[in-house]
Amino acid sequence: MSSTDLSIQLTGLELENPTILAAGVLGTTGASLRRMAGEGAGAVVTKSIGSEPKEGHPNPTMFKLDSGFLNAMGLPNPSYRDFREELSIARKGGVPVIASVFGAHPDEFAEIIIGLEGASAYELNVSCPHASGYGTVVGTDPVLVEEITRAAKRTTDTPVWVKLTPNVTDIVEIGEAASRGGADAVVAINTVRGMAIDIHSGYPILGNLYGGLSGPAVRPVAVKCVYDLYKALDIPVIGVGGIGSWQDAVEMMMAGASAVQVGSAVYDNVNIFSEITSGLSAYLKANDHSLDDITGLAHRKVEQ
Amino acid sequence: MRPVNAVITEIIRETPTIITLVTDIELDAAPGQFVMVWVRGLDEIPMALSHPGSITVQRVGEATEALSRLDVGDSIGIRGPFGNGFEVKGEGGGKGNREGEGGGDGNGEKKGNKIMIIAGGVGGAPLLPLAQQAQSLGLDVTTLIGARTADELLFEKHFSKCGALSIATDDGSKGHHGFITGAMDMFNLAGFDQFYICGPELMMKSVLDILQAAGLEAMAQLSLHRYFKCGIGVCGACTIDPSGLRVCRDGPVFSGDLLTTSELGKYHRDATGKKIMF
Repeated sequence: MSSTDLSIQLTGLELENPTILAAGVLGTTGASLRRMAGEGAGAVVTKSIGSEPKEGHPNPTMFKLDSGFLNAMGLPNPSYRDFREELSIARKGGVPVIASVFGAHPDEFAEIIIGLEGASAYELNVSCPHASGYGTVVGTDPVLVEEITRAAKRTTDTPVWVKLTPNVTDIVEIGEAASRGGADAVVAINTVRGMAIDIHSGYPILGNLYGGLSGPAVRPVAVKCVYDLYKALDIPVIGVGGIGSWQDAVEMMMAGASAVQVGSAVYDNVNIFSEITSGLSAYLKANDHSLDDITGLAHRKVEQ
Repeated sequence: MRPVNAVITEIIRETPTIITLVTDIELDAAPGQFVMVWVRGLDEIPMALSHPGSITVQRVGEATEALSRLDVGDSIGIRGPFGNGFEVKGEGGGKGNREGEGGGDGNGEKKGNKIMIIAGGVGGAPLLPLAQQAQSLGLDVTTLIGARTADELLFEKHFSKCGALSIATDDGSKGHHGFITGAMDMFNLAGFDQFYICGPELMMKSVLDILQAAGLEAMAQLSLHRYFKCGIGVCGACTIDPSGLRVCRDGPVFSGDLLTTSELGKYHRDATGKKIMF
């Protein structure tokens, strides 16, 4: 249908298109990750994997709001030992498979990365907003983020991405810490801390009481974070947060994203990746643009 | 959607271990769709709808235990209906006839009209509304229900009002002595146009094996049970191998031909995502 080339080089990885399945979404099994590759994702990110099996928070763990989704899964995972097999199945999907890993300290991240050898890249989850001892607890501390990133880089020659939380005063400070630690890219943003209460009973709805907001409601938050990170950093920024259409992807790229991740939007349509790439392709063709032309375009317009 | 508040208006004791909670809400649900039932402060679990406002619960764990302790006037949170539900083929008979006249498969005017429902234990819950719908559409319904013992047979009277009924009990206290697959032997399976199955996984696997041996697996619809987290097709906790399909969204009802080479009857995954062998 289109001859527009959407392939990109991202931290040394070859992606056929710049849409990536986000961590924590349809990434529990190798078969599911393969299915998403088949639905057109240029790369896929696994569920976040830790060093020990974790059941996650009690249900309800996720539900839909008018403006997005609230979730508090609680990093459920079978540990890297039991995820290896899923990773090797996922790799048969023909696209880069990025292993999302979480831990409490640099050594734990290193252990998991070694345990999940064979991933195309590692995405350090220092941003889950609702798992005690992990995620945001780690990701709001620039010193720790830098140490974890450096430990990961020392552990592996494959690219290391660092996924950032928006639940900080200044995301750029954390992004710069990741960059100093040697990150090959930053991914922004994880979910925005949120809560909902059942008015019939007074109970918080999520089993964990609070969680993270995703979906359309957080897109402007993500666009601003990506915009700021692009301005401050010399490494690629991967944009994620509320992207559900090719127009959303174009906006995120204009803010500075080299690629986009799609999560909650699989709710409406698992074929969202193909949908975004065909829309993006048609848009670029109609405007005689390349992906490079639109990445960070908003900055160049402002500078003019 | 946020959970809807559902007040319990009636509790029906179906068997010594199974109750039906009737609530004041009425959902526009297809047979086989499910809801996420929230026991506030404890857990949220998927449950089949046995009626537009009712769930039928067997005590198997903490959440179902809590549900079985509720009284009339207590309330639960309900999200749904979710999932695909059963497909009633050859609806109303008329549609099947028209297809026949159109020179379809030339298999006779009865095509699509004769269905077999196979329910094991509490698996009868999503199948009762299906049987009732099929009967109201004029389909010829035969139901096989199985349980460990006669006391545990679920919806025996309700199913018998929808058509022919056969019974199997593990201990022989009623009907065929043995598994429900033994009761299937009494029928010419090739004479049925569609099979609807829900029950314990190994029972469903045995039933599917028999249908597959008869070349009928594509005419079977099975409702699967897996550990659900989000219930809305986003998290991926309930995806099955090797298709990667989501039980909560692409299912819970799957065509038998999709399942013959699947994980059905081999393993499922626990809350961590780890494989647990059957």
